[in-house]
Amino acid sequence: MTAQTRTPRKKQNAAARISPVTAAGRTVEDGERLIDFYRRMVLIRRFEERAARGYTQALIGGYCHLNLGEEAAVVGLLSALQPTDYLFTNYREHGYAITRGIDPNRVMAELYGRVDGVSKGWGGSMHMFDIDKRMLGGYGIVGGQIPLATGVALAIDYRGGHEVVLCTMGDGTTNIGAFHESLNIAALWNLPIVYVIINNGLGMGTTVEKSSAEPELYKRGSAYRMASERVDGLDPVAVAEAAGRAIDSARSGKPFLLEVVTERLRGHSVVDPAKYRSAEEVAELKENDPVQTFGARLVDEGLLDADSLAKIDEQATARVAEAAAFAEASAFPDVSTLFDYTYATPVPNDSRRLPGQPLFEPAPIPEQGAAR
Amino acid sequence: MSIMTYRQALHDTLRAEMLRDQNVFLMGEEIGVFDGSYKITAGLLAEFGEKRVRDTPIAEEGFTGAAIGAAMLGLRPVVEIMTINFSLLALDQIVNHAAKIYGMFGGQAKVPLVIRTPGGGGQQLGATHSQNIELYYAFVPGMKVVAPSTPADAKALLLAAIRDDDPVLFLENLSLYNTKGEVPDDDTPAEIGKAAVTREGRDITLIGYSRMAHVASQVAEQLAASDGLDIEVIDLRSLRPLDRGTLIESVKKTHAAVVLEDDWLTYGIGAEIAATISDGAFDYLDAPVRRVAMAEVPLPYSKPLETAALPSADDVIGAIRQTLDAVGHRRR
Repeated sequence: MTAQTRTPRKKQNAAARISPVTAAGRTVEDGERLIDFYRRMVLIRRFEERAARGYTQALIGGYCHLNLGEEAAVVGLLSALQPTDYLFTNYREHGYAITRGIDPNRVMAELYGRVDGVSKGWGGSMHMFDIDKRMLGGYGIVGGQIPLATGVALAIDYRGGHEVVLCTMGDGTTNIGAFHESLNIAALWNLPIVYVIINNGLGMGTTVEKSSAEPELYKRGSAYRMASERVDGLDPVAVAEAAGRAIDSARSGKPFLLEVVTERLRGHSVVDPAKYRSAEEVAELKENDPVQTFGARLVDEGLLDADSLAKIDEQATARVAEAAAFAEASAFPDVSTLFDYTYATPVPNDSRRLPGQPLFEPAPIPEQGAAR
Repeated sequence: MSIMTYRQALHDTLRAEMLRDQNVFLMGEEIGVFDGSYKITAGLLAEFGEKRVRDTPIAEEGFTGAAIGAAMLGLRPVVEIMTINFSLLALDQIVNHAAKIYGMFGGQAKVPLVIRTPGGGGQQLGATHSQNIELYYAFVPGMKVVAPSTPADAKALLLAAIRDDDPVLFLENLSLYNTKGEVPDDDTPAEIGKAAVTREGRDITLIGYSRMAHVASQVAEQLAASDGLDIEVIDLRSLRPLDRGTLIESVKKTHAAVVLEDDWLTYGIGAEIAATISDGAFDYLDAPVRRVAMAEVPLPYSKPLETAALPSADDVIGAIRQTLDAVGHRRR
């Protein structure tokens, strides 16, 4: 066996691993909720595949990190949030944006760097923001979002509000100082925040075991006397339930650390072929594919059949094709807007020069013998 | 108009702004129970309570970042970082987050944050507690950096910083806290981005900020008395934005300039000033722009070494005389 890329899961087949929801005792609403989960997961899957295609077509630039393999985690987590709650994520965020209810057209347009993008083309893949949906940003610096999210929780507490902040991060982020400083502050001040570790086993190409002295990452909450839990991130129902417990805790003033163990089906970003993973591991990834396993489970339970699976897939494919068409038709931001977002409060002497422009208009040369 | 110290002006302004706006609150190490390392926040915990005067753990990145997050939701936090040296621990939050959030998300979130922090050497605090690294922040678009040198400006610029919707680094100086001056009673904020001509003259322009604006005024008075020199003094007050126009107007009149800075010479604030004058008043200069800055060493503890490394009034007078000598040479 080659180096392990993750804290091992219990060896069992995928169907058995997922917590059972028996047909007996399940309401119609429950069934619809499960189908809705699946529909959202498929939309993320197709969206990310379309984004990868857009990247190879050079329609998308910069970095592009995909949520492939994390669909169940994303959908489960966000299903537990109220519309008034706040969401912070890192740079692997497209799925969060569309699942939070931001129009996929605007998310794709942001990837394309267009004016109709969710951040008007200023942010790109890593920096999606929508105040109406209370998604307060994807952030590109590992750990950078954690103190900010903690501060939003502080502001909620300051105003006596009942909202909660959900702040996601990768497994590698738990080794950075901002994580520890923030958890300490949140625990000291009883802030309404859930910190979520999306543990996909790899920080770029470095395994959790090689980077974290306590590889059971949820246990790090104990250093701050913070309640914590680990959940299987391939099961959206389990994630939703765990997120519900975590959010309830946070809303009552007890911050929570939730570790969601998931998979990263592809490389760190679209340009990473992930050659550091073994053939066995890649085979196992396929077996653990959360979209496939959840779909199969809904078929087993009689909620979906081959036709309805295909229909959901077609709908998702059509939706992302529409998003790509919208993005491609959207204009690039006008260069005249380049200086519009440096400062919110205009002040004198703000420098608004393009490269090569002089600081001053060339001054007339004083005449010989001019009075000093 | 009242006479008060720079410290008192800061304290009174913080208090007045907290009374005026419920969204204004204070965060920092030792600002509450301990009354502040430099006693700027003395008494405010007792008056406003723990919610609005929040003692933090020693975690600059964590609490500065939390203040940024709170500002994103519309609060107006005023963070005290005990000295500017410790702001390096929050550099990622300040540079990669506070300064970026408004632009990076297409103008959707503002960060109305003030970071108050003193710089300055000369207190025998050694290499890591004596730096003047305001340049790091003045370099960054999205940040505003102000550096008051008088109690009146401490008040007017703090009012402006708190009411501004962008992140403002508010540079104080350990050696200015006990200085006294007249402070207007009304609460008119200063305009961020504007320098002040604090003394008019025709012979040469001295340019400084924070402690060195003080030194510039002292030197100007001294040389007026001893040599009959008519020196113009400019207090930058704002390092970003930089009021280049005021500098150029002055040098067009005086034809010579000396820049006083407490930071290091190479790549320092003075380099930007000298380049600005070169761009805007090249044909008016009768001598090269001189810069008087700190010696380029990690500042030593031992008093004679520390004193030698820091720019003094005598160093400035020497640079002025040499510059005027060069001017005389060229004007012949």
